[in-house]
Amino acid sequence: MARVTAGVGCSHVPAIGVAMDTGITEQPYWQPVFEGFKKSREWMKEQKPDVVFLVYNDHCTAFDASCIPTFALGCAAEFKPADEGWGPRPVPVVKNHQKLASHIAQSVILDEFDLTIMNEMEVDHGLTVPMSVMFGQHGVDDEWPTLVIPLAVNVVQYPAPTGNRCYQLGKAIRRAIDSYPEDLNVVVFGTGGMSHQLQYKRAGLINADWDQRFLDLMTEDPKAASQIQHLEYLRETGSEGIEMVMWLVMRGALDEDVTEVHRHYHVPASNTAVGHIILENQT
Amino acid sequence: MTGPSKEYDDIPGTFVFDADRSREGYHLNQFCISLRLGKNRDVFNADQESYLDKYPMTPAQRQAVLDRDWNELLQLGGNIYYTSKLAANDGITFQDLAAMMTGVSRDEYRDMMLHGGRSIDGNRYKSEWENE
Repeated sequence: MARVTAGVGCSHVPAIGVAMDTGITEQPYWQPVFEGFKKSREWMKEQKPDVVFLVYNDHCTAFDASCIPTFALGCAAEFKPADEGWGPRPVPVVKNHQKLASHIAQSVILDEFDLTIMNEMEVDHGLTVPMSVMFGQHGVDDEWPTLVIPLAVNVVQYPAPTGNRCYQLGKAIRRAIDSYPEDLNVVVFGTGGMSHQLQYKRAGLINADWDQRFLDLMTEDPKAASQIQHLEYLRETGSEGIEMVMWLVMRGALDEDVTEVHRHYHVPASNTAVGHIILENQT
Repeated sequence: MTGPSKEYDDIPGTFVFDADRSREGYHLNQFCISLRLGKNRDVFNADQESYLDKYPMTPAQRQAVLDRDWNELLQLGGNIYYTSKLAANDGITFQDLAAMMTGVSRDEYRDMMLHGGRSIDGNRYKSEWENE
């Protein structure tokens, strides 16, 4: 049977991708950001997932203002890295596990989560940056060492789905994966955050204490984390900090009790606090 | 902006991009996102006024685009993920755009981020900004 073995929480700051693509990760500004992912890459090599279920948000790339699905599941055979205004990132095409993706779509829709199904989609830095930091640099002609099922969540137009809805969706995705007959090792990524505000006069807001408490809750009390209201995210973590609801999909897909095997937190990457956590199921 | 007050209206220095803003900024944002593609940027940069004619935005929105008035664009319904495409077209990074929106130099902004970012203390409520 397919099984969820671990979850990864990870920021997806575009400048991190640029730093990798331009080979400046050893510069003093970037070195501490990437230092915290060294252990993650070793862990990932040992983990050898067959499939990564990757929760991220599209930044008006696949979805402009004309169409804003709250949850959109990638069911296409593959997803090309998109041109976001400065050319596509030089990273491999993302290959799907199409049968598992279709199975998850069917299962969670019958479980009363009304997903949008994407049979054509390009993916932006929200998806490719977490892949790069966790799997290391891979060129255009290379392949990612795992299949990827993308789930795009609207966090651009208010309101994003609630933390609780994301957490419950994670549980439904877990039920779907648990009921899939093929023997697969699945790791779930929740990406985005942590505290950051990109716009207007409060841009640059960082709330490190809040972020650390959120990381604590990810490990120890996900139910409490799922009850954090939108107003708290907006006020305490900046207008773009609300991306952290996506970590709750990941957390919902894990067991209630998990083992925290790695944590990394660093300010800044561009305008953003970089947060990262690896949680393993104990069973 | 009309309608009842919203629970997030008392957060200082912040526009929450809700349905009202999305409706107001629709054509402005669709113009901005068109600049994601190089072929469109080429046409826009060759003749900005003609390119803007294709998008039925308000005269104020159009002027804010031409003036590159980044805060006014947000005020008029623009969203940062969209307006940042116009900035990228002009060679302005996210961090430099943030410096412009907050009214400080690039170096000052970068320095603030390197020292832990803008503190949450004093930045939760509009009432905390009233003395500025």
